Amino acid sequence: MKTYFINSIRFVLLILIQVLILNQFNVFGYINPIIYPLLIILLPFGIKSVQKLILAFILGISMDIFEDSGGIHAAATLAIAYLRPLFLRNAFGLSYDYQTLKFYDAPFKERFIYVSLMVLVHHTVLFSLEIFSVDHLLYFIEKTVYSSIFSILLIIITLNLIRKNSK
Amino acid sequence: MQQIIIFLIKNKTGLVFIILMTIALGLTFKSHTYHNSKLVSSANFISGTVLSSSENVHQYFDLKTQNEVLQKENENLRRKLLNIPSAKDSLPIKLEFIEDSLYKITRSTVISNHYDKIDNFLLIEGGTKDSISKDLGVISSQGIVGIIQDVSPKYSRVISILNTNTSINAKLKKTYHFGTLTWDGKDPNILSLIDVPRSAPVKLGDTITTGGRSLVFPENVPIGIISNFQLDENIGYYSIDVKLFNDMTNLKHIYIIENSRKSEALELLNLDLR
Repeated sequence: MKTYFINSIRFVLLILIQVLILNQFNVFGYINPIIYPLLIILLPFGIKSVQKLILAFILGISMDIFEDSGGIHAAATLAIAYLRPLFLRNAFGLSYDYQTLKFYDAPFKERFIYVSLMVLVHHTVLFSLEIFSVDHLLYFIEKTVYSSIFSILLIIITLNLIRKNSK
Repeated sequence: MQQIIIFLIKNKTGLVFIILMTIALGLTFKSHTYHNSKLVSSANFISGTVLSSSENVHQYFDLKTQNEVLQKENENLRRKLLNIPSAKDSLPIKLEFIEDSLYKITRSTVISNHYDKIDNFLLIEGGTKDSISKDLGVISSQGIVGIIQDVSPKYSRVISILNTNTSINAKLKKTYHFGTLTWDGKDPNILSLIDVPRSAPVKLGDTITTGGRSLVFPENVPIGIISNFQLDENIGYYSIDVKLFNDMTNLKHIYIIENSRKSEALELLNLDLR
């Protein structure tokens, strides 16, 4: 019950932060850091996969409604939700397999790899669907790389802030 | 039968993923064509309320520049008004004409404006309750902004000129040579005018205006000036870079233009098609 409550609050908060604050940044004219995948990143490791996918879809489609972008956020968020177990195994190795993993006890390097993988895949799917043409390949690469750098930094910083508060 | 059910339960994650992904991709593909699906649109109650309450706060930071923009427009309009010969005598007569005028103009404000993507949209105040409908043109004091694409009771969604799916009829101000105005998705200040015939006298710094060949925009609404051009020798058409008068990254006060004889014209066109 408590997880449901925490995650619904996170859901609303993250969308509001994304829409009202981060989408106004427009660094270099076209780069906005993206924070809302944090919800998927921080989901409990034992969550049922169907629940996780439905949550990811609703999160993504809510972003799409605010941004008028069709279904690109939904597709990108679904992709990372589906691939999450794979990334967890890659980043945390054995401790994930034995289900003894505690997110904040893991070394910084492993957490960083996990967050980077999630953000990179999310942004790649997102921007390839948004741009949707081979003519703009260079633009796509630029946008993905720059946005990923900003988003990864933002999410790592936010993760550290959340931890300090909860201790 | 039992085996099918067992199969479904075993693979439910994959199936749910595939179903949801298909929906998401379907919405994406639909959004890349001009006649967009209305399923996912910011012109609805929840997103409209959230975005407009945030805009209520944002607008204070921008008051000074927006005032200047409006004052500049007033200055322009006053200059025109005072320079009409014998404006005083003709004014009452003109006012009568306004009742029956061809173009109805409604003011509105921008709630959310995107220019960071390839296909951009704006959300503006005013919807069906304010008798705003689909396919009306939107301009600012300096130039064109876009075309209304979706309307809810209180909000409307505008497909921006900064959208690779828009194509707007435009012409050289001097000579009536027509072309199509499109955006390549890169610089929010530069549009390109394509399909201008070889015979057109294209010069740097010339003004581009709307062509008046559609029922959306009136003729001679300013768009921008020619900043660069190329003649494609094989096809014999110019492609021209147009620098916008309008700062699409800083829009607040806009006007919605309605051609009051549009339905009549459309009826005629439809009759023709049958």
